[in-house]
This record gives sequence, structure tokens and C-alpha cells, in this order.
Amino acid sequence: MFRLPKLSVHFFLAIYAVIALLPFGIIVLNSFKTRSGIFGDPLSLPDPTTLSIAGYQTLFASTDFLLYIGNSTLITSVSLLFIIGLGAGAAYGLLESKTTLSKWLWLLIIVGIMVPLRLGTVGLLELMKSLDLLNSLIGLICIYTAQGLPLAVFIYTEVFRRFPKELIASARMDGLGSAKTLFFIVMPLTRPTTATIAIFSLVPVWNDLWFPLIIAPDPNVRTVTLGVQQFIGQFTVDWQAVLAALSIAMAPAFAIYALISRNFIRNLSAGSIKG
Amino acid sequence: METLKLSNVSKSIGSTCILQPTNLEVKQGELVVIVGPSGSGKSTLLRMIAGLDELSSGTIKLNQDRIDDRDPADRQIAMVFQNYALYPHLTVFSNIEFPLKHKGINKVHRKNRVHEIAETLDLHEHLFKFPNELSGGQKQRVAIGRAMIRSPELFLFDEPLSNLDSDLRGKMRSAIRNLHRKLGSTIIYVTHDQTEAMTLADRIVVLRAGCIEQVGTPLELYEKPKSLFVARFIGSPSMNILHYKDLASITGFEAKLFSEVGHKLKPNQCIGVRPSALQIDKLGCISGKVVDIEYLGDECILYVDCLAFKEHLLVKINSQGDPGIDSTIQIEPNWKMVHIFDRDSQKRRVRVEES
Repeated sequence: MFRLPKLSVHFFLAIYAVIALLPFGIIVLNSFKTRSGIFGDPLSLPDPTTLSIAGYQTLFASTDFLLYIGNSTLITSVSLLFIIGLGAGAAYGLLESKTTLSKWLWLLIIVGIMVPLRLGTVGLLELMKSLDLLNSLIGLICIYTAQGLPLAVFIYTEVFRRFPKELIASARMDGLGSAKTLFFIVMPLTRPTTATIAIFSLVPVWNDLWFPLIIAPDPNVRTVTLGVQQFIGQFTVDWQAVLAALSIAMAPAFAIYALISRNFIRNLSAGSIKG
Repeated sequence: METLKLSNVSKSIGSTCILQPTNLEVKQGELVVIVGPSGSGKSTLLRMIAGLDELSSGTIKLNQDRIDDRDPADRQIAMVFQNYALYPHLTVFSNIEFPLKHKGINKVHRKNRVHEIAETLDLHEHLFKFPNELSGGQKQRVAIGRAMIRSPELFLFDEPLSNLDSDLRGKMRSAIRNLHRKLGSTIIYVTHDQTEAMTLADRIVVLRAGCIEQVGTPLELYEKPKSLFVARFIGSPSMNILHYKDLASITGFEAKLFSEVGHKLKPNQCIGVRPSALQIDKLGCISGKVVDIEYLGDECILYVDCLAFKEHLLVKINSQGDPGIDSTIQIEPNWKMVHIFDRDSQKRRVRVEES
């Protein structure tokens, strides 16, 4: 069989990496330029004539950008916590109770993977209104948790199914109930799975524009992605500020990915998400 | 005084019966080995005692208290699993400590107990390693330690040595025997290995297809097997079974059986004789050709091809008397050691000596 030499494999991978990372690089690069610098030569490095941090200044002077970052962080982290906690709990519980009802329940949850939550936006809006959760972070957290749960339950079920039975039996002998077994034995040993689910769930929540725009447009609960929008007007766009905001908005996702990517890759290559 | 008492314990899943109603009593300080081929229900029985599987019927009592309706952790029973089932993310210390920690016992007491047990099991230098840094035998000792720390009334061992190599298995066998002697604990031990059963047990329970075939000391089972199954299962190499039809073609066999021990063989009976109860004798009534020899050291096993029998006859003799391969030999049973079985019921009628 024809095999590429190792060097050329790395060559192709490097090209791919450049293509994938270039847009991000250009965003960050141009966020440090003047407006004319951005449009004069978008690909060049900032030189003394084009260097400017006006974008960042506008960002922090004219908007409450730190608040937006705080909101986004809060929403994302609490949603993640719920997705992982509830997802693992549901998967473990449904797997352990071997009734017909639990099988149907499981299927019902899994259907959520295929049905985009946005289709129900009108219904959700009405629901949030009647629950008095409009313009509140709690409302968004509820929606994102519901959005992330199906995939989490699905992946956790597949992983827990192959968890050594003897370890669970042993934990039962040692006096642990289901919840404690899950928390002290199963979860610590399936950490790569949790990392995978965290990354899968984090990105769409952090990046989402749709639900903040519809459910929580109030300035107090504005998220980063929504905050960026106010620089994009119908007739004028403050590109410096937009690029500065995007640069900051990208950072957390990058940081978290770098932090847990090792686990993520291990889990992917272990074939845990087959299906 | 009995510690554990099983009354009419049975297990079926759907319409499949895994364990017939079973009665068993285990005395205080006794090491009972449950042995049987795979699928005989021995692990199921153990798991039911542990509380990991539900009973379909019957009751289990431990020290007169009914325990079959309790949670596994409330039964005063500890279990050692075949694959050790150590928690890989915890150190040896935490593994052993684990059952106490979740009972809310205070830290100082826990620490003392762990060190006590590490002393007994010779695990001191490994306390802060993780399970995957240990050898198989060490892992097994940690698993035993984790069972010991709860000071249970009863230990359950589920094929604990089957993952170890034979050298280590021997060592662990003697370690378990020593531990049993030192702690005086009551142990139920499941295995499919009859050697393990013979060497460890105070009493052996032979299970077959969900039924107890025989309960007795290793010697009882070896010398007075109640059925063909037990006779063939216990003892290595296993007992030779000679059928009436085949024996009829051997001149003088029946006559000799009658004259030596006064038993007249009936058509529905067969004869069982252990390889060690056969000897080479110039005047022996069975003749055959040696087709294979297995040397065990000072003893060897001859595989003898006799025209009368379909299967090879196994003869265990002193290596010095080895006749060499391809030689034709005469064999004579030690008539006092011959067992007679009913073919239909598979039950042992008599060993000739007792009739």
C-alpha cells in the first residue's frame, strides 16, 4: 500500500493548520491596526504608521465589555456544569434501571440530537415569558443546558456501558449508592469523556448569537457575541472595535481547548464517540 | 456453629433456571470452596450471597440474621473479585481505606487500620503507588486488604487467582491459607480449578448445572465420589471410566472382580479407577500399548491404547518403572480402589472395598 513519508504528512498537516488558523490570525492582527491600515493592506503586520489600539479603547470606553465577558463566562460555565452533571446522571441512571420506560426515555432524550432547538424558538420565547425568565441569565442557562444534554447523555451512555462491571459491583460492596458510585468511581475514570463533552458543548454556547438576541437582549445580560453586534451598524461598521471584540471573544475557547485537548484527542482516538 | 445458612436459595432468569433450590451451611472459621465447570452457577451463587444478584427464592442467614433483603454493604460480607476491581485512580492506601471512608469513620482510626492491614499483607512499601504500578500478586493482596478492612463476618473470593501465572498462583494459595489460619475468618471461595479446591478447602461443594452434586472434605470427594461427575471432576488426571460392554471383551476381568471383591458387575454399571490405582503387572488382565508418556518428575502418566476401550487408559506410575513408548504392557487395577457406578443414575454404588 502507498504510504506518505512522515515528513510529507507533516507538510500537509502544516498547510491545513495554516489555512485553518489564518482567519483567526488576521482578525487578531488587524485588531491592532488603524482603519486605513486594515483596508489598505489586510495581510500586513502593523507598522508604526498603522499600529493602533483604538479598537480596544472604543470597546472598553463605549461599552461594558467586561460585563459581557462576565455574562458569557457565567452562562457557559454554569450550562457546562449542568450539561455534565445532569447528562452523566441521566445516562447512568437510565443505564442502571433496565426497564422499558427507561429505554424509551433514553430514546426521547437522544432525539434531541437531531432536532435543532432553534426550531422551537417561538415556543421557547413564550415559555420564557410566562416563566418570567426573559432578559435573565437563568433563562439562557436553561436553554443551553437543554441544548447540550442529548449529546452528553448519548456519549456518556456509550462510555458507561463499557465501564467495568466489577468496579461498580465492588463499589456497591463498599457501601456506595448509585449517585456516590457515579461521582467517586465512574466520573473520575471517564474524565476524557467529560473533556470531550465539555468542548462539544462549550463552543456553541459561547458563540451563540440567536438566543441572547431573542431571549435576553437587555444590556445587563448581554453576552460577548451580542456585544460585538452593536459595532456593526446598517451603514457603518466600526471594524477596529469589531475585530478587537472578536479577538477577545475567541480567547477563552482557545485557552480551554489548549487545556483539555490532550484528553479530547485521547477520547476521540479511543473511538468513544462511535455510533 | 454455622455462620452462613442458605435455605432453598434458587435463581432463575425468565424461564431459565440458573441455580436449583440449594441448601448449604458454612461453619464459623471454615474455608468452603465452591467448584464446578463454567456455567454451573457457582459465581451466581456467590453474587447472591454478596447481594449483587437477587434471589428468586429462599433465604440467607448470617449468624442467625436474615440478610438476603439487605444491601450488599450492610451484610457484613466482603468480596474479592477476579479482576481485582481496584479503583485505578486511587492509591493503594486509598483503595484499602475506601470502604471505611464512605462509612464516615474518623481519619486517625482509618489510617491505623490501613497500616495494620498493610503489615499483615506485607504491602507497606507499596502504599502510595497506584494499582497499575503493581504486579498481579500485589494487586490481589490489595484487593484482599480492601476486603479485610471492613472486618467482615464472611469473605467471598470469586476466582481470585485465575489471572495469575502458575508460580504466583501457588504462592497466593499458600498466602490465602495462612491468612485464613491467622485470622480464623470464614471464607467462601469460588473456582473452576479442582487443584485449587483440593489444596485450599476445608470442605468442597461441587456444583453442576445449578445443582449441588456433593459436599464434603477434599479427601471424601476424592475417595468416595457420589457420582460419575464428581469422580471425573476431582483428581488430576481424571479417573478412568470403563464400561461394562468394553470390559466384557477382556477375558477374566469380571471373574477377577468377583473373586477379588465379591461384586458381580451388571450390564448397566461401569467401573471407575484412578490412574494411580492402576499398575503394571506381568499377570495383569488388561493389555495395551503405550502411545504417550507425560513426565511429571518422579512420576509419569502413561497413555495406554487398549483395544477394548475407545479412550486411552491413563496409568500413573513411578518414573523408574517407565516401560518406554510403544511397548506393550499388562495392567492390573488395585482392586480395593475400584469404584462401581450405575450408568443410568450416574450414582456411585460402592467402592468395592466397602461392599
